[in-house]
Amino acid sequence: MKTRPHKKIKFHDILTKVIIALILIVDVYPIFWLLTASIKKNSEWVEYPAYALPRGFYWQNYVEAWTRGHMATFFKNSLIDTLVSLVFIVIFSTTVGFAVVKMDWKWKSAVAKYFQIGIMVPVATALIPLYQMFLKTHLTNTYTSLIISYVAFGLSLSIFLITGYLRTMPNDIFEAAVIDGCGIYSLMWHIVVPMMKNAIVTVLVLQFFFKWNDLLFSMTFISNSELKTVQTGLLYFSDEFGSKNWGAIFASVSMSILPMLFLYIFLNKAIIEGMTSGAVKG
Amino acid sequence: MRKVLGNKQAIALFVLPAFILYTIVVIAPIVISFYYSFFSGTPGLKWEFVGMKNFLRLFGDSRFLDALIVNLRYIGFVMIGQVGLGLCMALLFRFWLKRFKNLIRTLMFFPVVLPTVAVGQLFAKIYEIQPNYGLLNSLLANIGLRHLVHAWIGEVDTALGSLIVMDIWAAIGFHAVILYGAILDISDDVIEAAAIDGAGSFQLFRHILAPLLRPMIITCLIFSFSGTVKMFESAKALTGGGPGNATKSLSMYMYDVAFNYNKVGYGSVIALFIFLMCIAGSTVIGLFDRKEDL
Repeated sequence: MKTRPHKKIKFHDILTKVIIALILIVDVYPIFWLLTASIKKNSEWVEYPAYALPRGFYWQNYVEAWTRGHMATFFKNSLIDTLVSLVFIVIFSTTVGFAVVKMDWKWKSAVAKYFQIGIMVPVATALIPLYQMFLKTHLTNTYTSLIISYVAFGLSLSIFLITGYLRTMPNDIFEAAVIDGCGIYSLMWHIVVPMMKNAIVTVLVLQFFFKWNDLLFSMTFISNSELKTVQTGLLYFSDEFGSKNWGAIFASVSMSILPMLFLYIFLNKAIIEGMTSGAVKG
Repeated sequence: MRKVLGNKQAIALFVLPAFILYTIVVIAPIVISFYYSFFSGTPGLKWEFVGMKNFLRLFGDSRFLDALIVNLRYIGFVMIGQVGLGLCMALLFRFWLKRFKNLIRTLMFFPVVLPTVAVGQLFAKIYEIQPNYGLLNSLLANIGLRHLVHAWIGEVDTALGSLIVMDIWAAIGFHAVILYGAILDISDDVIEAAAIDGAGSFQLFRHILAPLLRPMIITCLIFSFSGTVKMFESAKALTGGGPGNATKSLSMYMYDVAFNYNKVGYGSVIALFIFLMCIAGSTVIGLFDRKEDL
């Protein structure tokens, strides 16, 4: 009687360890493969199986992706579109959030609800009219068209997160500040913004990944390859290099995930929290 | 106090710019799509009022129906995979994983932050057969399963399945982490009490964990649904909708109709259909949440 449960537990332990190891391999190995494959010479693909480790460091792949593959241009464009959008998203969502939660006016709850509709609107639904609008205003093939779309489509969720955070904040602090003679603008800047630092970080993290990963808007509004973003650039990479130059393709895909990898190594806690906050707080 | 927080000028300054932008870019297009849907052609070019013709056409359009079926199958399998397997993983973490919890959680979540197009390109190379075997085929060939070597994304039978596997891989960490958080919120006392009362693992799950996790599972399902109903980026990056139309989703078909065939009116009808599907699906899933409360 004594030995049986003991044995069972041991078997159980090994089984779970094997399962967890398998899950980890399935999760991590493709990324490991991608990164190591990016420094292989093209001849290695023919001579050795695909899973073989690289025989040396062939950095030429990266040079080729960065220059001939225009990754330098794509990175610059993605950075401009994403960072400018983030600035506006943060400004708009904190000001709107504060106005609909803490300020006194008639329509505030209706306006809060109105901003929430956007959470349900798929990008695909707005795409055709937006394209026509940008065509008429000559905004296709501009940074402006993407930034406008990114900001507007980032508002609903950001405002939702900010208002949720603001509702848990006591009013005493604002009251005390106002009694001390603080005006609305300095209240916003000196008290509200510092207090909402965590919520703002959450919005920044979440929206950074959403905007950086956008494909639909950028492939629709941008046809000029000088203005393409990383995602649209990657999509047509095989056309540029042909299907045989795997090295350069792997190098460019690796390049597009390396910033994510570095951000993740240092900020994984904030990133996991930020990315899941929409679900956890909803 | 009143005066400062009721400052009309400040409210207008805080709300109006975002309000106007949001109205023009997010809300107005839905209304405009509705208006477009009564016309044929492209605005400014053979733009004619055709009444309900575009709507009626939807039901006889076999390519639309194909895209709808592909999209529905994709939604079903990806949802089951992401949330079902995500839940299994969350349970595994809570009850069987003793060390390295944080490290493993961190590793698991990483694919979530990767750009969809990069994941698509990576998996295209994993599934590759020409000009060289990709990762999957070369592994199969070398462990004696050569008969399974296959053009995974080049053949109609396996293309959608390959896409589904990729999208489960990419998002499972998200659901596992959320559900794991929800399991941690359940107090240990409740679980211990059930164990003392003689509940086995299955009973513990069925009678204690499942009801308590229900709201979070529903949230995950809604997230998974609203992500999959839009099916576009990952399919575009992995297969481009092919081979044939085997992985062509509603959004991709809409894109073709509106931007490649220049049928803006008909494309708008499909866009509205996607919008309605998104709302209807989320509402239906949400209903399951309330039923139990009664």
